[in-house]
This record gives sequence, C-alpha cells and structure tokens, in this order.
Amino acid sequence: MSASNMNTQESYYVPAQSSWPILASFAMFLLAFGAGTTINGLSGKADGTFGVVLLLLGVLLMAGILVGWFSHVIHESRAGLYSPQMDRSFRWGMSWFIFSEVMFFAAFFGALFYVRNLAVPWLGGEGDKGVSQMLWPGFTAEWPLMNPPDAEQFAGPRAIVDPWHIPLLNTVLLVSSSFTVTLAHHALLKDKRPQVALWLAATISLGAVFIGFQAYEYVHAYNDLGLTLHAGVYGATFFILTGFHGLHVTLGTLMLIIILLRILKGHFDSKHHFGFEAVAWYWHFVDVVWIGLFLFVYVF
Amino acid sequence: MAILDTTGGLDTTAGELHEEHHHGPAKGIGRWLFTTNHKDIGSLYLWFSLLMFLTGGVMALLIRAELFQPGLQLVEPGFFNQMTTMHGLIMVFGAVMPAFVGLANWMIPMMIGAPDMALPRMNNWSFWILPFAFAMLVSTLFMDGGAPNFGWTFYAPLSTTYAPPSVTYFIFAIHIMGASSIMGAINIIATILNMRAPGMTMMKLPLFVWSWLITAFLLIAVMPVLAGVVTMMLMDIHFGTSFFNAAGGGDPVLFQHVFWFFGHPEVYIMILPAFGIISQIIPTFSRKKLFGYASMVYATASIAILSFLVWAHHMFTVGLPLVGELFFMFATMLIAVPTGVKVFNWVATMFRGSLTFETPMLFAIAFVVLFTIGGFSGLMLAIAPVDFQYHDTYFVVAHFHYVLVPGAIFSIMAAVYFWLPKWTGHQLNETLGKLHFWLSFIGVNITFFPMHFIGLAGMPRRIPDYALQFADFNMVASIGAFIFGFSQLLFVWNVIQNVRSGEKASAQVWEGAEGLEWTVDSPAPYHTFSTPPKVD
Repeated sequence: MSASNMNTQESYYVPAQSSWPILASFAMFLLAFGAGTTINGLSGKADGTFGVVLLLLGVLLMAGILVGWFSHVIHESRAGLYSPQMDRSFRWGMSWFIFSEVMFFAAFFGALFYVRNLAVPWLGGEGDKGVSQMLWPGFTAEWPLMNPPDAEQFAGPRAIVDPWHIPLLNTVLLVSSSFTVTLAHHALLKDKRPQVALWLAATISLGAVFIGFQAYEYVHAYNDLGLTLHAGVYGATFFILTGFHGLHVTLGTLMLIIILLRILKGHFDSKHHFGFEAVAWYWHFVDVVWIGLFLFVYVF
Repeated sequence: MAILDTTGGLDTTAGELHEEHHHGPAKGIGRWLFTTNHKDIGSLYLWFSLLMFLTGGVMALLIRAELFQPGLQLVEPGFFNQMTTMHGLIMVFGAVMPAFVGLANWMIPMMIGAPDMALPRMNNWSFWILPFAFAMLVSTLFMDGGAPNFGWTFYAPLSTTYAPPSVTYFIFAIHIMGASSIMGAINIIATILNMRAPGMTMMKLPLFVWSWLITAFLLIAVMPVLAGVVTMMLMDIHFGTSFFNAAGGGDPVLFQHVFWFFGHPEVYIMILPAFGIISQIIPTFSRKKLFGYASMVYATASIAILSFLVWAHHMFTVGLPLVGELFFMFATMLIAVPTGVKVFNWVATMFRGSLTFETPMLFAIAFVVLFTIGGFSGLMLAIAPVDFQYHDTYFVVAHFHYVLVPGAIFSIMAAVYFWLPKWTGHQLNETLGKLHFWLSFIGVNITFFPMHFIGLAGMPRRIPDYALQFADFNMVASIGAFIFGFSQLLFVWNVIQNVRSGEKASAQVWEGAEGLEWTVDSPAPYHTFSTPPKVD
C-alpha cells in the first residue's frame, strides 16, 4: 500500500469553496432568532416587531439561498460533473434524510399512543397508575378525550372531525397522487416527456386540493367543533400530527412544482433524473405518514 | 460547458473550480468560511469544540467554587441553576459531539481512502450552524429572566410552566444544532457507505470508522425525536396545548419518555466514537492486531440497538408500572455484556503486546480503567430498587462524569495526541503531554471519586448549598476540579505549540501504526487520495 496522493484526474467531484453554506447558516440563525423573538413577543416578553422583521429577513434570505444553491447544483449536474458514485451519495443522503423525518413523526405518534393508552386511562383510575385519579376524582377516561380533567383550563372539543368525510376523501387524493407520481416516473423512464408533465401536474393538483381540504377542515374544527390547540390533549395531538404532515405536503408540492418546471425546461432524461426520484420518494413518504394519521388520528 | 457561464453569482463556476482543485488551501479568512475541505472542516469543528470545552469548563469551575464550602458564597441559587444547565448543554452539544464530528471529518476520508466527505458543501453547512446556535444559546445568559435554569434534561413543567422567557431561544437553538447533527451524520454515513477505496470492504474498516457509522445512525434516529420534544414544549408554552399538562389530559412524564428516548442513544453517541478511538490506539502501542475485530463490530452494533430499549432507566422513581421497571432494569443490565466484550478485547489486545506508553496510550489505558468504573456504577444505577436511593444524587453525577470525562473527553484527548502529528507534521511534545495526562488523571479522580460517597450518603445534585456532613468531600472534589481544569491549559499550550513548530514527523508517526492514514505524508496534504488507493 503506497501513498497515492498523486495529482491525477479524480473521479469524484469535490466542489471547491462555496459561500452558500455559511450564508445558509446565517439565514438559519435569523430564522431561529426571529422566530424565538416573534413567539416571545406574542406574550409581551420580547419586542415582537423586531422578531417579525428578523424572521422575514431570514425567510427571504433562506428562499434566495435555496434557489441559488439548488440552481448551482443543477448546473453542475447538467454539466456532467456528477459521476454515478456522486449519484449514490445523493441517494444515500436523501434516504437517510427521509429516515430522520420518519423519526420526527415517530416522536409525535409515540406521544399520541402514550397519552391514549397510558396517561388518560391512568387519570381515569384504570391500570397500574390509576392512583392518578386522585388529582381529578370526577374524571372519566375516554378517547377521543372530549372532557379534559380540568375543564376550566382546557374546555374539550364539542365534536371531532368525522373521518368518513374530508379525511377519507383526502386519503383517496393522496393515495392517488402516489400513483400519479409513479406514472410520471414510468413515463420518464420511457422518455415520454409530455406524459411526465401531465402526470406531474395531476400529482401537484391532487396535493393542492389535499392542502385546501386540510385548511378547510382546520377552519371547520376551530369554528364549528371547538377542536382547537387549547382543547386538551386530543386537540394537541390532532394538530401537531396533522399540522406537521400538512407542512410536509406543502413542501412536497413545492418540490413537485420545481420538478415540473425542470421537466418543462427540458431537464432530466430516462437515465439521469435523481432530482425527480428524490422528490417522488419524499412524496411517497408523506403519503405513508398520512395513512398512519388517517388510521390512528381520525379513525381509531 | 457553456451552461456553466450562466451560473455566476456567489459561487465560482464549476469550470474554474476544476482548475483550482489541485492547489492548496485558499488564502485568508475565506478559506475557513467557505471551505469544502474535510480537513479544514475537521479543524474548525475541533477548535470550536475546544472553545466550548473551555467555556463549559469555566462554568463547571464556578459550580465547584460555590460548592467548595457549605453556604452561599459566590453566586445566587438562580444563577447556580443556570450554570449547571448551561454547563451540561455546552459540554454535551458544544464540546463532546463536535469534537467527535471533527475527528470523523479529519480521519474517516483518510482511513477509507476517499478524496473527501461525500457531500462537502453540506459538510461546511453542518459546521457553521454551530457557532450561530451556540451564540444564541449563550446569549440567553444576558436576557431578562436569565438563561435556561431547568437542568440539561429540561424536564417539564420546569422547562414549560416555570421556565424563563429565554426557553424559546433555547428551543430554537436545539432545533438548529439538531439540524447540524443530522446533516453531519448523513454525510458521514454516505461517506462510509459510498466512498471507500476499492478493496476496503466493510469488515476491513478501521474500528473508528465502524463506530462512527453506527453513531451516525443513532444521530439520525434520535435527533429528530429531540426536535419533536422541544416542539411540544414550544406548543405547550406558547400555543396552549397540553402535551405535558395533566389538566388537559397530557402527562409531564410523557416529556421524560420522549426526552430519554433521545437521551439514552445520545449518551452512546458520546461514547461509541470513543470506543472506536481506543480501538485504534491500543493496538498501535501494543504492536499487535486488535483482539476480536469482528466481535468489536458486533458489540458496538448491539450496544446501539439496546440503547433504544433502555431509556426509562433514567425514570425509575417517576412512578412507572412495575413491569416497566423490570423490563428497563434487565434490558439495561444486558448492555454490560457487549460492553464487557469490548473491555475484554482491549485488555486482551494489550496482553503480551510489546507495550510502550506514549501520551495517547496513557490516555487510552486510563480510559479503559476509568470508563469501566463508570460502567460499574452504571450497573449499580440500573438496579431499580437501589436506584430509588441513588436517583438524583451525586452518585449519578459521579457516574456520568466518569463515563464522560475520563471516558469521552480522555478519548478525544487521546485522539488529538495520536493524530496531531499527522495533522501538523510535528512530533508531539511527550513531556508536556505526559504532564498533562498525569495532572488530568489525578485531577479527574480527585474530583469525581468522592462524589460517589457524598451521593450514596444522600447529597442531591443541582443544589448550591448542602448539609455540613458533605463538606469535606465537596472541598476535595473542588480542589480536584481546579487541578483538572487548569491542567487543560497545558493541553491547549501543547496543541498550539505543535501547530506552530516541532520536530518533523514521519508518515507513519508511531512505530506500530497501521492503516491508510499513516501512508500519507505528515502533515497530510490538503487533498489526499484524489485517486483511490488499492487495499488488499
């Protein structure tokens, strides 16, 4: 084994200096500090206006960086700088990123299961730690939790969302969108570009309608059902799970729109389209999370 | 390449980059701000970690100064709480974790024969988030209501209902440093899985690389859970939810479950790379192959898997159902098996080796002995019925400081001494190194060993004042802490001197050193393995 650091043509593209990452770190700082100040401003503990200004600056800067950084990567990719090995790095990167997202949702699902199966029954006097009932002797355990232990602090919801209306419809929409994005992929593999664009557009529309329905459902929950963030732990788990899922669908839809624009610009071919695949993976991931939500948040 | 002309903007175009590539580092501050070089980024991580180590160390010395005698002498109790909290957070997230990531950055590409990390720009991003995150965290010390004061474990409702306003910034600091860790871990996994030189099969990987592969998996699995738990805190504090409030049907104990589901793998994140480092150093100075390579790999993986099944042993006294106490007690004890395998293998490697005791080896041997003491006190804490006595006492403080200071920190120092000649091209100043070692070794034991006794006698952790019967051992511990603390200046001095000058080091540096990183010059050229080496 001899030293082999000779200056020969390397097969792996190692980019040279870049100013994107440190700008992105600064943008992240603005976002975090701005969000913290804005949120503290809500309860008068900080100068909220200053917070909003920082937050907006952060959003703008981050948006600009994302556009710039991704454009740069796209140009490098189209210039043929990326070898198959580089492609594998991207694939591993995206896979493990999605795994981290799975674990993020797992934390909230874990909280939901813990509250449903342990905490609430214990407060109601059931099970190993039923002694907790001494806190609120009149409390009866139930799920969905319509009457939280302390009704003055947390008035429970009057009703919950009926799973067989909008949520069922949304399930159909998202599952179909997983099919349409796969159809787009198959069309791309055959280099049938008009079809790719068509199926992508269909996927985006399905995603957009889903988001619209979710927004409508939130308004309905707040105005008609009394199902709010303040409605006790049912509302808390409901909104954190559906809320973060909704954010992910929104992000996924934006990503699909970018991919569609790239298809229309003539990017990707049947052999090189990892950007497309990464977004498709992400889309399937939000779909799978939704199945879990539909079953454990809405139905059961 | 016409298309490249349209990029312009902030980056140099790829065409130019290609030219520039064979040159050395860029000039001036820009080298460090914009670098994509794994060695530069490794150095940044290590210097940042050293800065945080000294910051957290000053806080530790403030704590020990207050505890030198019973009564309140130096600080207000509220400020004392901020010090214990910030000391823990800074040492865990600012000192230990970035140091290991820095070592990974420097060494993994060289150990596996890769030209760089798999995703070099994201690598830069992972690092530069950290100074911003910690600037934000440390700035809370100067805010109204003071810094976070609820302990590094930030249990609800201390961290929600009763928290100072700065908790919001703490939450967002955790969020962005979590993003940094996840990106760093993704990069490390992608590098190890995808960038190995031809012939470098998985079961030929140096153990440091293996231990980091498993650590990176743990990071990606649990940092998002930490993000989840701080998000629930944020919602409870500002948006009226009741995740951790029983009045709304939630449960403060839920906080502890989610936190420790992150927290227990997290403590292994801080020790598995240490295992890897020790498994590199001991064979080198024993001039023998590592005993039981495959069993080391399997033991590390077993520890990682078990780490997901033991979290509630931090919560034995919170009121778990009996079946939970039993499950988590036995699962925890099971970890002693793979850990025992590792300690056995290190000792067996030294057995009949031709040992020499250079500074890295001294730290490594001290690691094996002292980490094992920390392991044994862990085993004691794992026994649920006795944990009712030990819980939240100085015995726990003694336990985790034994695994973290002469464990994780000693391994980091061993690693720095071991690889420093490779980084700087200068031989180590052994005299200074050994002096640092002995002062640290003595200081660390004087500091933390008496804490076992005062803990067993019932002194609770996180208090600024204590009953008179604990006075003597506390004074001893404080003296030890100052010996340990100030002897770290020798380390800083030694490193700075080594960077500036010293006797020229050979490529192999240490007589018994084996592996790809010892085949390149010392100092390692700015770009190594542009063409992958052949590994047989």
